[in-house]
Amino acid sequence: MTNRQIVTIDGNEAAAYIAHKTNEVIAIYPITPSSAMGEWADQWTAELKPNIWGTIPLVIEMQSEGGAAGAVHGALQTGSLTTTFTASQGLLLMIPNMYKIAGELTSTVFHVAARSLAAQGLSIFGDHSDVMGVRQTGWSMLCSNSVQEIMDMALIAQAATLKARVPFIHFFDGFRTSHEVAKIEQLTDDDIRAMIDDDLVLAHRGRGLTPDRPVMRGTAQNPDVYFQGRETVNPFYLQVPGIVQEAMDRFAQITGRQYKLFQYEGAPDAERILVILGSAAETAEQTAAYLNSHGEKVGVLKVHLMRPWSSEHFMAALPASVKAIATLDRTKEPGAAGEPLYQDVITALMEAGRGNVRVIGGRYGLSSKEWTPAMAKAVFDELRKDKPKNHFTVGINDDVTFTSLDFDPTFSIESPRVVRALFFGLGSDGTVGANKNSIKIIGEDTPNYAQGYFVYDSKKSGATTVSHLRFGPEPIHQPYLIEKANFVAVHQSVFLERYDVLRNATPGAVFLLNTYHPREAVWDKLPRVYQEHLINKGMKFYVIDAYDVAERTGMGGRINTIMQTCFFAISGVLPRDEAIASIKYAIKKTYGKRGETVVQQNYEAVDQTLANLYEVAVPDHISSSIELPPAVPAEAPDFVQKVTAEIIAGRGDLLPVSAMPADGTFPTATTQWEKRNLALEIPIWDPDVCIQCGKCALVCPHATIRIKAFPPEQLADAPDSFRATPYKGKEYPDWLYSIQVAPEDCTGCGACVYVCPAKNKREPRFKAINMEDQPPIREREAANYDFFLSIPDIDRRTVNMKLVKSNQLLRPLFEYSGACAGCGETPYIKLVTQLFGDRTIVANATGCSSIYSGNLPTTPYAQDSSGRGPAWSNSLFEDNAEFGLGMRLTLDKRAEFARELLQQNAELIGNDLTEALLHTDQHDETGIYEQRQHVATLQQRLQALTAAGQGSAALRQLADIADVLVNKTVWIFGGDGWAYDIGYGGLDHVLASERNVNVLVLDTEVYSNTGGQASKSTPRAAVAKFAASGKHSAKKDLAMMAMNYGNVYVARIAMGANDAQTVRAILEAESYDGPSLIIAYSHCIAHGINMTTANDQQKKAVDTGYWPLLRYDPRLADEGSNPLQLDSKAPKIPLQDYIYNETRYTMLLKSDPKAAAELLHEAQADVKKRWHLYEQLATLDYSKDAAH
Amino acid sequence: MDLTTTYMGLPLKNPIVPSASPLSRSLDNIRRMEDAGAAAITFYSLFEEQIEHDQKMMHHFLDYTAYSSAEALTYFPEPTEYAAGPEQYLKQIQRAKQAVSVPIIASLNGVSDGGWIDYATQIQQAGADALEINLYFVPTDPRTLSAAIEQVYLDVLANVKRNVSIPVAMKLSPYFTSVPRMAHALDLAGADALVLFNRFYQPDLDIEDLTVAPHLVLSNSHEMRLPLRWIAILYGHVRCSMALTTGIHTTEDAIKGLMAGADVINIASALLQHGIGHISTLLQGLQQWMEEHEYDSVEMMQGSLSQRNVAEPSAFERANYMRTLQSYK
Repeated sequence: MTNRQIVTIDGNEAAAYIAHKTNEVIAIYPITPSSAMGEWADQWTAELKPNIWGTIPLVIEMQSEGGAAGAVHGALQTGSLTTTFTASQGLLLMIPNMYKIAGELTSTVFHVAARSLAAQGLSIFGDHSDVMGVRQTGWSMLCSNSVQEIMDMALIAQAATLKARVPFIHFFDGFRTSHEVAKIEQLTDDDIRAMIDDDLVLAHRGRGLTPDRPVMRGTAQNPDVYFQGRETVNPFYLQVPGIVQEAMDRFAQITGRQYKLFQYEGAPDAERILVILGSAAETAEQTAAYLNSHGEKVGVLKVHLMRPWSSEHFMAALPASVKAIATLDRTKEPGAAGEPLYQDVITALMEAGRGNVRVIGGRYGLSSKEWTPAMAKAVFDELRKDKPKNHFTVGINDDVTFTSLDFDPTFSIESPRVVRALFFGLGSDGTVGANKNSIKIIGEDTPNYAQGYFVYDSKKSGATTVSHLRFGPEPIHQPYLIEKANFVAVHQSVFLERYDVLRNATPGAVFLLNTYHPREAVWDKLPRVYQEHLINKGMKFYVIDAYDVAERTGMGGRINTIMQTCFFAISGVLPRDEAIASIKYAIKKTYGKRGETVVQQNYEAVDQTLANLYEVAVPDHISSSIELPPAVPAEAPDFVQKVTAEIIAGRGDLLPVSAMPADGTFPTATTQWEKRNLALEIPIWDPDVCIQCGKCALVCPHATIRIKAFPPEQLADAPDSFRATPYKGKEYPDWLYSIQVAPEDCTGCGACVYVCPAKNKREPRFKAINMEDQPPIREREAANYDFFLSIPDIDRRTVNMKLVKSNQLLRPLFEYSGACAGCGETPYIKLVTQLFGDRTIVANATGCSSIYSGNLPTTPYAQDSSGRGPAWSNSLFEDNAEFGLGMRLTLDKRAEFARELLQQNAELIGNDLTEALLHTDQHDETGIYEQRQHVATLQQRLQALTAAGQGSAALRQLADIADVLVNKTVWIFGGDGWAYDIGYGGLDHVLASERNVNVLVLDTEVYSNTGGQASKSTPRAAVAKFAASGKHSAKKDLAMMAMNYGNVYVARIAMGANDAQTVRAILEAESYDGPSLIIAYSHCIAHGINMTTANDQQKKAVDTGYWPLLRYDPRLADEGSNPLQLDSKAPKIPLQDYIYNETRYTMLLKSDPKAAAELLHEAQADVKKRWHLYEQLATLDYSKDAAH
Repeated sequence: MDLTTTYMGLPLKNPIVPSASPLSRSLDNIRRMEDAGAAAITFYSLFEEQIEHDQKMMHHFLDYTAYSSAEALTYFPEPTEYAAGPEQYLKQIQRAKQAVSVPIIASLNGVSDGGWIDYATQIQQAGADALEINLYFVPTDPRTLSAAIEQVYLDVLANVKRNVSIPVAMKLSPYFTSVPRMAHALDLAGADALVLFNRFYQPDLDIEDLTVAPHLVLSNSHEMRLPLRWIAILYGHVRCSMALTTGIHTTEDAIKGLMAGADVINIASALLQHGIGHISTLLQGLQQWMEEHEYDSVEMMQGSLSQRNVAEPSAFERANYMRTLQSYK
């Protein structure tokens, strides 16, 4: 008998496991939620793990999904067993190749973690929009519903494709299944070999192109034969269902797990049936079983093989007793007769002569919207009605077209034998990691089954995580969030202010709270609603001061081990001693390779936890008058009150359809209403020490350090604690100066304090800005900040834009974003909005910058006191340069039209005004101001003309577009993954376009948003995902490539090294009437650095010559000067003094010192060579004499 | 002419032993030291704090923000194994042992009880011929008792000696109320050698930046006076070997050290300043001086100018202080 290992893994790992075992070439590109499959494959190859034929699969990262598909196609055409992993728009980018691969009858399996497509908004979460969007390509589509099924179906698909010669998409629900951790049986190499027929493998290889047996594919065909050629494949498709079922049957013989193309579960004589696929089928099946046990006769037909659709198999699986069917699609096809399953099922019934069966179709679960037993029951109930709703939705409240079904949210089928635990943590506290560990402990050390699913919010700093864990004696088929928990842990007491987390607690449940309040006092600190729950539900209440234990045991801010120990100590899932031993074993297993110090520290934390965990006796009466505060203040605008606040409060699921903007348009300036109070410490200004340099505000990633200069009379109503000091400088004589923190928005990164150059002469440990504990001063500083905001902004015309000291008086129009604490990207964006935000349109590539800018609920792009501010949009990842160019084209065309209209109507409008509108120099703020005045005058005149009956269609057009006469600036923001890789082709074209766009590349040197995969910007010697053994090639020199055009303004900047150069480059780029490219060094948590001191790394990068600062201004060449100006000096410190402060480099030093030394040597040589080249270029003679 | 000496029970061909410095990080340098005539080589220090710091840092940055974003569950591909501990140091000892035939003395700079024993054991297993323990301890807490500090030294030595069989040297600071008492206690506790003295790097101040600025200054010959005095005083009072370290730059310095009673002369600053070849310069100078002054062996010189053997023993005591002051008149 085969001895299979029981493993506790997630769906992505299960798919990658089979893919790596059964392929030779794997071409990958990161995209959520499929990235982990590529990462696993790359890691196993790096660890020299072979496939079942004993050779190690070759894994290559491509520049895009389109590139991956091309590489896969090529490898397949030459006979390799080849695969890839993808999702969402990534899958759509593969469509052109998918048609080819299918048309050429090529065996392959693509594994897809199915995800929503970006439509009215992007969503990383799961539904079937992507896979259903490629169902016409001729690929087989095999669906898995659970983690175990993923491993099983991945193999069945691989076996079937080899026999059928039809390519397969093997898909499963993104996040819900790809990221669910479950205890499953792992297939062995023998199992896999028994399923994969080597003769078919040889046949596949034999069809590969080789000059030894030359043939050609990819011909061009004419009307005479193309059609016939297209029909040749029919026999292959007809055979697929039989081949898949045969593979399923063989698989059942090997493993005992029998699958069917269409798997029916439920009453044999059911009259009402749901047809469904994906993880939701599990829920539907469980619900049907529950209803049947309560006297109903219902069933569920689970679809595994979606394409080719086999009506024959479908009808065979359908009970003859069926009278009504509801099809449930996790996708939406606006304008279609119905969604895919609906159409397929109706077709099958009609073709089989069963048109008498009533069929209704519905949509559910888009973007991982919950699909619960209550919703499944609602659909079963609907089928019972005389006139059931067709084309319904379930799970939402559609109050616009009234498609939604009502459901009873209290309906539950949770088994009493299952332990259900909810954990509320912060991303940074390690809660999810600890819970994954707990699942492994329970899953692998006990006979219990375990399930873990983790919900994250979209903030990168202070992200809330909610872990949903189930443990029980039977396999767990509940792919939905826990609604009734018998254990609730709150790892951060700040959540008590935000959410009523105990609303999901069952009677008698255990509540664990991490709090700094002593156990004697904690009861009175709880909000009233918590006390109510604890008393009314007869709950048990435990507390621990985990941060104190962490501090004392050297764990810093990581409370993961401590809270995990608490869970085991009080949940009763395992006997306490056994649990503690298991935790320690897991610590050794997880952290052993990181060193004994780490292990011992965690052991100590476990021991200390037990000594500091206390039960609090729950009193029998409520003593608290503390109410949960509203999500946003009362003065917030209507939309924020009605929509944004509900999302912030965690009640977004309850918002009706009517609350949502129909076209994805949202108001800006909304982060100001979301007070997150993340910082334990905030910076406080000391006016006596300050030299008023402005650096603190410049580097602040969240625009929470603000500066204003103002006349003294503005202080009339200032709070007593408000700080101001005389302005140092001649620009504003007798004015005052103030630096103020936004106490509830600051993330506490400390970057401002670190860069402050002024020190207190008596106590140099203090600077002009110093961190202080937030809670005691929160109220005071909030009042100060409110007052600060009420002081009028500086007149932009008086500001010297080139000086940091001066331009930091400008109001940032990018504030309080969800970016990481200490983010290296956002200070650049913020600076752009200070300099030009009132006339900026932003095209933003998908990535970190689109998430911290555009992920709901709030947006950091703000507005000035006139209501002007950046307009922002995100199209896709790959097309951002083109997207931005399109914006420019609109502005250019519209401005041209406006000028034409002005000239045509000059006499009516007035020649002087027309002249002014056409010729005002708008190169500075005074010009912009004057032009705005001219446009206002124009509008008045146009109104007057209309009133006087002299209006015309042309003048109406002019009134509509006159605003374009005030110069607008287009900024194209994106990361290096976009600019260097997926979007490079488009970027290159846009740079060559001669249009006036400004490209800002926020260069973190990895794909930061998807978790640190290597890009072509990743430097040599750095470790990144897909470059686990250190990147072997040098960073692509994008600046040099752009300079080659000669007419592109190019700058390489690093704010932490030279802020004046940064400002200068941004101003020059914007002023250049043509394409500009700025490459900005952006430190990132993916570098493995202290984000507080990260600006030091920027300086070191420049001092080593790794990041030479430069500006290339084509205007200089026109004047006969060299356009290239090097703004940093020759390398003065060795490269290692810079790189070995960063984990991305030191990792290699620890894992492979020899390779690290070689790569360091080469990287140092790169620096020298490049500097030498730049130096020569910068000294070329561009004088007119030299040109002749 | 007999240049041999015995240090910690190890017979050495001469008394010149490079002390712990970054030079021994390179295998080439180690070979060059042997070629230049070094009788043994003290390895660069294995810093327990550094290892702990590196482990903690790596752990912190690997876990920092891991599992905090749905899109980026982690940020680094973690290797299945890497040298988070002293592996590289131990490997370097193994390589050095294969590369040269002179004894290799490992140097361990630690902080914790467990660490001393653990690392000392591993160092012995890696093949080191001896171990030098460098207790770099600067008491800053006014509540710490002097006796407690002394006890730390004794405990560490006892613990390490219980766990390793190779000879163990204790590198001391000069800041004991009674150096002889401390030396005697360590001698009794089983120290195989005393290395006098640890040269504490004194921080400097940056008056522009208002910061404390660590600033490495190499030693000069004047600095050897302190260990010279104490070796001269201790000679004959301790059973174990003694090494003089700090300030040995010239042949004359080395001879003085030997005459005071040192079994070996440690050099580092001179090598950093003049290059590894300086070892042979010193050795040639030593031989030449011995020939000119008709010394047959190093042994003849050792301790000849110790407090025990000089005509004026009090010169090493307070009287010497008086004379030094008077010499300025």
